[in-house]
Amino acid sequence: MADQTFDAIVVGSGISGGWAAKELTEKGLKVLMLERGRNIEHVKDYVNATKNPWDIPHRGKNTQQMIKDYPVLKRDYTLNESNLDYWVNEKECPYSEAKPFDWFRGYHVGGRSLMWGRQSYRWSDFDFEANAKDGMGVDWPIRYKDISKWYDYAETFAGISGSIEGLPQLPDGKFMPPMDLNCVEKDVAARIKEHFKDSRRLIIGRVANITQPHNNRTNCQYRNKCWLGCPFGAYFSTQSATLPAAMKTNNLTLRPFSIVTKVLYDKDSKKATGVEVLDAETNKTYEYKAKIIFLNASALNSAWILMNSATDVWEGGLGSSSGELGHNVMDHHFRCGASGEVEGYEDKYTFGRRANGFYIPRFRNLFNDKREYLRGFGYQGGAGRQGWGKDVAELGIGADMKEAMTEPGKWTIGMTGFGEILPYHENKMYLDKAKKDKWGLPTLVLDCEIKDNEKKMRTDMMNDAAEMLQASGIKNVKTSDNGYTFGQGIHEMGTARMGKDAKTSVLNGNNQMWDAKNVFITDGACMTSAACVNPSLTYMALTARAADFAVSELKKGNL
Amino acid sequence: MINRRDALARVGLIMGGAVIGAEFFLSGCKNTEKKDGASFSEDDIALLDEVGETIIPTTSTPGAKSVKIGAFMTMMVHDCYDDKNQKAFTEGLSKLDEASKKKNNASFMKSTPEQRTALLNDLDKEMRAYMKEKKKEDAAHYFKLMKELTILGYFTSETGATKALRYMETPGRYDGAFPYKKGDKAWAT
Repeated sequence: MADQTFDAIVVGSGISGGWAAKELTEKGLKVLMLERGRNIEHVKDYVNATKNPWDIPHRGKNTQQMIKDYPVLKRDYTLNESNLDYWVNEKECPYSEAKPFDWFRGYHVGGRSLMWGRQSYRWSDFDFEANAKDGMGVDWPIRYKDISKWYDYAETFAGISGSIEGLPQLPDGKFMPPMDLNCVEKDVAARIKEHFKDSRRLIIGRVANITQPHNNRTNCQYRNKCWLGCPFGAYFSTQSATLPAAMKTNNLTLRPFSIVTKVLYDKDSKKATGVEVLDAETNKTYEYKAKIIFLNASALNSAWILMNSATDVWEGGLGSSSGELGHNVMDHHFRCGASGEVEGYEDKYTFGRRANGFYIPRFRNLFNDKREYLRGFGYQGGAGRQGWGKDVAELGIGADMKEAMTEPGKWTIGMTGFGEILPYHENKMYLDKAKKDKWGLPTLVLDCEIKDNEKKMRTDMMNDAAEMLQASGIKNVKTSDNGYTFGQGIHEMGTARMGKDAKTSVLNGNNQMWDAKNVFITDGACMTSAACVNPSLTYMALTARAADFAVSELKKGNL
Repeated sequence: MINRRDALARVGLIMGGAVIGAEFFLSGCKNTEKKDGASFSEDDIALLDEVGETIIPTTSTPGAKSVKIGAFMTMMVHDCYDDKNQKAFTEGLSKLDEASKKKNNASFMKSTPEQRTALLNDLDKEMRAYMKEKKKEDAAHYFKLMKELTILGYFTSETGATKALRYMETPGRYDGAFPYKKGDKAWAT
């Protein structure tokens, strides 16, 4: 059927899928974007975004029903009644944990671009060269020079606010004006810079919240309710940015409730011909054909689709010829750092709710620093005055306690490290064909853990944080390690890595599958190593770069 | 019913205008009887309104009773607490009244505001000692639950957020060195 044939199919509508749809449609291709979940319309469907705290029945606390229904989501801050509808129905979509793994998923148009943390950092050559230098995993097929102009391009369109710092390990970009550090953070930044002779630096977070009007989007209004969906379109999401751009071309067809069960593969041409879709509402199966397929279903789900595809040719599925499909799962480990109390600044407060904090770029194992572990970590944190929730135990109950609670308390400051996880082949996912989801499809088993390298790093993540706070005159500094479960960073990566060699990687340097050259994967699956910075900006840049390559190859008749 | 109304009217007179709060729950608490989990009577809610009002009394700004804190507490206990803490909370209602009779020779509802404040300050100390000693798997002290729910319910209510605290839905800008002088209120969020 003609209407089922497109130039390109994009599987998934999150951060990277949205970018693929935008780039391919803007280059003139007729594109079908498939999303397994429901549609969420920009602004209209952000049902809690403009509610006041008192309009949320349990004021954001978890009900017993929620805890029962979301056994995974409840493990972290992620379970919250105000955006519960943005998280996957766990009963319908189960998975198994060979080792503990928190898999936080959003199955709807926009995916996790609606709930993401929005921190946006470039990789540097320290990251692209890391595997080659220390021998972990395989070498990246690209270097910073290959991607820097695509970072420019992605930042310019997405709208990333941040400061220019001139740091080799955290390249500057095309930023909108930065948000402000508050008075305490500025003080601590100055003291850290002085004490560590500028080898460590505290900067404002680089965040995908616009600070100037941009592409019909309103600049950030400092409400700090981003994860409910922004009625101003102030942060980057599929809905606020890439989807309207793709729609404007009239080249996009968006089909929600479309679970892609496999990539259709033709043995003779050694190419994909399309995808098979299971309609999540009707359970009917459809086939859609295209010349190019972009898989952007998220790291674990893109690999899941491949494992279900072309199994008559490769037992392990399409892309499994190297033996690396589904392996090398990575995330960022975090939740350990330090906090303390600030003396003074009683005559200062904050106005507005800044949906951003400070960032301390990596300083370990760089330049002349050498630790007994590989790679490094950065910090994310913030300072602020305690609010009404502060502990006034000594005041008991009554009018005095009430009055004390209506005034802000002390300034406090805290930070947590975000550390790199190495690409271990044995950290893997595989299919459980016996355990089925709501649609009778095989489910995933996740078998991943951090090892000695990460554990050693965590000691530094705590102690270095404490050292910086102490050097800044912070009182009552406490270190903490609140534990980390794999997946909790919500930065799953590595299941179909890029590489230079078809024998040891799934994708080449253009995110093109070695085993099917018209299939491209540009979500977290493609990552060859994890670095220590938040990965989404890199997915955006890689997606735009791969789309450009794919269209030029198509025009040359190579696909 | 009449007795309770009378009791509340009396409390209202003593407290100086808390009767409005009483009217709220008279009309607003009909759906708290649930088949499963914790269930509460209208008397329970009346008692919790007064407990809440003693924890966060009316001062220059409204107290906890004005935000129907009793109904809020029972809703939260019913919906959000596990069995263990539900039990601790519901048993706490009668424990609190027994403690009142022991200390003040009067049920909590018949006590004066001064007597109520004195009792709850005692319970607050008892609660803190208990929480320090208790095993992790033990339920919380009932008064910790009542106090926490009162504070949560009050400061996240419209009255608490906009009258006792400051609230701005859409600040529009950020100032990280905003002038502050003692007595200025905290932001609600």
